Amino acid sequence: MDRRNRVFLLSGLVATLLVAAVVSGFASGDPDGLEKVAIDQEFEEAATAHALEGFVLADYGVQGIENERLATGIAGVIGVAITLVLTLGTLYGVRRLRRAGPGEG
Amino acid sequence: MHIPDGFINLPASAGFGAAAAGGVWYGLRRSAASLDDLRIPLAGLLAAFVFAAQMVNFPVAGGTSGHLLGGVLAAVLIGPWLGATVITVVLVVQAFFFADGGLSALGLNVFNMAIIGAIGGYGVYAGLIRLLPATRSSVVGAAGVAAGMSVVLAALGFAFQYAIGGEGGASMTTVVTAMVGVHVLIGIGEGVITALVAGAVLSARPDLVYGARRMMEVARG
Repeated sequence: MDRRNRVFLLSGLVATLLVAAVVSGFASGDPDGLEKVAIDQEFEEAATAHALEGFVLADYGVQGIENERLATGIAGVIGVAITLVLTLGTLYGVRRLRRAGPGEG
Repeated sequence: MHIPDGFINLPASAGFGAAAAGGVWYGLRRSAASLDDLRIPLAGLLAAFVFAAQMVNFPVAGGTSGHLLGGVLAAVLIGPWLGATVITVVLVVQAFFFADGGLSALGLNVFNMAIIGAIGGYGVYAGLIRLLPATRSSVVGAAGVAAGMSVVLAALGFAFQYAIGGEGGASMTTVVTAMVGVHVLIGIGEGVITALVAGAVLSARPDLVYGARRMMEVARG
């Protein structure tokens, strides 16, 4: 991969990490559009608990870290890493399968 | 925009899940041939960026917030088929690691945000860009407008799902009206962010922008 591409990818990753680690801490805590509609139209009670609501990263926090901005930032960086690995894994996997497959595939 | 478990009944969730899975599978097959050593890391970066940007809820009117969905952004930068995959990975990570978006609602969310948002949104972009001169501002403007419209389309996707399998007894008309009303506002934010990010990538590396291929061909003569 040439230098220009490396520079572009690295700058993009730095910007992404800044958003996940820092900007995320300044997000609005108000309900989002769908939540707001569910509250106003009185169907938000229909929501059931998320199966993973007790998970360490649930709701973009980190259990055990009290400082909310810090917890959100750490959760964000972990999320970025998971998303990156899962996307790369999926796509390199697809490419591999395609190459291994018989002819068209 | 992330639907939790319980809003839509299981049969409807399963049906939309199957449709969403079919769409993502088709998108992966369509994009498989293009997966080279640059497109794969670009897709990874884009997924990571959309994940990060979705954390940043911005306030809109009346104690409500919205966040980037990123479907049109992903589609314009990397193509609609791979774009749908990128958004799907983000939704999977959110549902399985951050309890954001119900597990039974994953298919509903992929349908609205990846299939409607990225593939449908790119359809809007493609329609707009055909009417405009092959310039950088056209790409940025069309991406912004299509992104805004894609949020409203995704909101209508939810209203459609609610009409088929909604729980909690709200009336169809009020759900449609309320969803469209608030998502027009969120769509403005989506359009602005999409235009800014697409514009930044376009200034730095226009050759990497899928939706600017015609512009690049015209520029080359």
